[in-house]
Amino acid sequence: MGDHAIPLMTFAQAVRDALEVALEQDPAVIVYGLGTPDPKGVFGTTLGLQEQFGADRVFDMPTAENAMTGVGIGAALGGLRPVLTHQRLDFALLSLDQIINNAAKWRFMFGGRRAVPLTIRMILGRGWGQGPTHSQNLQALFAHIPGLCVVSPATPADAKGLLLTAIFGEDPVIFLEHRWLHGAKGETPAGDHRIPIGKAHLLRQGGDVTVVASSILSLEALQAVDHVAAQGAACDLIDLRTIRPLDWDAIETSVRKTGRLLVLDPGHETGGVAGEIIARVTSRCWESLRGPPRRLAMPDAPESTSPALTQGYHVRAEHIAAAIGDLLGRPLESASLSRRDHPHDVPGNDFQGPF
Amino acid sequence: MVHPLDPGVALRILRDMIRIRAVEEAIADRYAEQKMRCPTHLSIGQEGPAAAVGAVLGRQDLAVSGHRAHAHYLAKGGDLPAMIAEIYGKATGCSRGNGGSMHLVDEAVGFMGSTAIVGGTVPVGVGLALSLSVARRPGLVCIFIGDAVLETGVFYEAAGFAAVRKLPVLFVCENNLYSVYSSLEVRQPAGRALAEVAGALGLQASSGDGNDPRAAYGLLKSAADRVRNGAGPQFVELATYRWREHCGPLFDNDLGYRTEAEYLAWKARDPIPRLTEELRSEGTLDPAWLATTQAEIQAEIESAFAFADVSPFPDQALAYADVSSWEITPFP
Repeated sequence: MGDHAIPLMTFAQAVRDALEVALEQDPAVIVYGLGTPDPKGVFGTTLGLQEQFGADRVFDMPTAENAMTGVGIGAALGGLRPVLTHQRLDFALLSLDQIINNAAKWRFMFGGRRAVPLTIRMILGRGWGQGPTHSQNLQALFAHIPGLCVVSPATPADAKGLLLTAIFGEDPVIFLEHRWLHGAKGETPAGDHRIPIGKAHLLRQGGDVTVVASSILSLEALQAVDHVAAQGAACDLIDLRTIRPLDWDAIETSVRKTGRLLVLDPGHETGGVAGEIIARVTSRCWESLRGPPRRLAMPDAPESTSPALTQGYHVRAEHIAAAIGDLLGRPLESASLSRRDHPHDVPGNDFQGPF
Repeated sequence: MVHPLDPGVALRILRDMIRIRAVEEAIADRYAEQKMRCPTHLSIGQEGPAAAVGAVLGRQDLAVSGHRAHAHYLAKGGDLPAMIAEIYGKATGCSRGNGGSMHLVDEAVGFMGSTAIVGGTVPVGVGLALSLSVARRPGLVCIFIGDAVLETGVFYEAAGFAAVRKLPVLFVCENNLYSVYSSLEVRQPAGRALAEVAGALGLQASSGDGNDPRAAYGLLKSAADRVRNGAGPQFVELATYRWREHCGPLFDNDLGYRTEAEYLAWKARDPIPRLTEELRSEGTLDPAWLATTQAEIQAEIESAFAFADVSPFPDQALAYADVSSWEITPFP
């Protein structure tokens, strides 16, 4: 690696790197959550930080999600920049009162006098029997709340850059990390690398179909879009990066060009973010649309624990490629995308559980 | 027990109680004008604990509270005109009209916020204490709660963390026996003492009569001193009673959820005449001081209401301005 090469990191290492940079930069940053300093360090994302920065600033907590969220709010009002981590989003549901009634509203309900710079990392589980209450992506629930920002990165560089922006921002951020992305590698700039919140990333350019994705579905979409490009179907692939605020300009500009929209939603279909995007596009870009927009989301049912029942549950590259073909009105080869060298319920053969 | 109290402190407590009651009665008197268009929870009858806390806390100390917070805000030194203007929904209100009676804030004097969800500011107060601890700053955080907060899970969660980290927190529990119209009997098993529950959580706990302001001050001062000496979180339960309806300006003994006899018994324990008489009999209360104080307070209140009345409403164009700095383009 040359002097100026961009380091290659896993997503988990990139998150840890962002936390280390933030802790180094500002003594006001604190990092806590159940298991933060434990031997596994939240899938490697917090390993060694307590040794490096001390137990005053990096610490474990009681299994008291609601209070510990309020503690983060109070600490933020007292001048700190807390980062709270939940090993699953599902656990954070115990803290909805503090998130929705306090964190999201403090700025508003006290007349804009004070905001709450609190970052809440929530890890999204999937597969390996995570089941009904360890695998929910409820991004739409959080995105529904005025005052919350919802970030959902797909790449290590974005994870680092968006996490740093979140930590040093003024207002609360829900930071959604997909467990299956933790092992994914990518070039990740060193140092205080920041990416603006609210700006999408155009991963591929093409004039036929607009594909909007986020989190792990951006990686599935990348496979699909490259696969259909070889068959002459050129797509804009928009990785949202941020669920709220949404980068409407990026979506509308693309749809006005392509006239065809496919939205991928890692949450349940009903009341989901894809529905919001399609509603907005149909009301604002109606004249540009060549046909009805399409969405692929998770079913309106919880994820089963049994591997036998999760075969068709998630949106995969082959579904995306087929949907692009549907939008274009011509069949595209997609079946070959479903041939994987590993079982469907793990991100790769190196993942052998347990969570 | 009459706490050996500096006469200056006793007069301060008396003045604060008189002032809080006068403000609350002025709100009650004017509520029917329909200019204060928000739910308003008055502290008439339970001024004792707030005034005693006000005398214990210093400028660098912080406080948070719940829905019945006027007394706490005023005792901590909160700006009166900004409070009245807030209840009027005016731009000059302490929360610029977005919060109303249940969202008071005056960070300049350490009143960090009161909110409308029971128990909601308990962990926020503990977090403020954490920030003092991490930054090695002096001071403590007073968390005002009512008896119903000991029925919320978040209290147990937050108290546990405060105890684990030995944070500088003073819980002040005003036990007025009712959560809206529900008495303690339907909310706690018979014989359960709230202070004992708090003690079991690792909070050093005491309890006393909130309508005996000097006794209350004594308990609070001892507890605050222990916090300042690094003993960790303390809990003081003070018995008191709200005279008027849960929310609003009226009396509600006709509803039947509590008896007229109970109300009259508590009214006979009014903390203001009690302390007035004590100080008078001890020769530390000058009748002229009392008259002057009452006149000053009335003038201050008239001025605060006049300020609220003539203050402008917030600009409609700024109605959604304070949602989030992240919102580049608000949702349509």
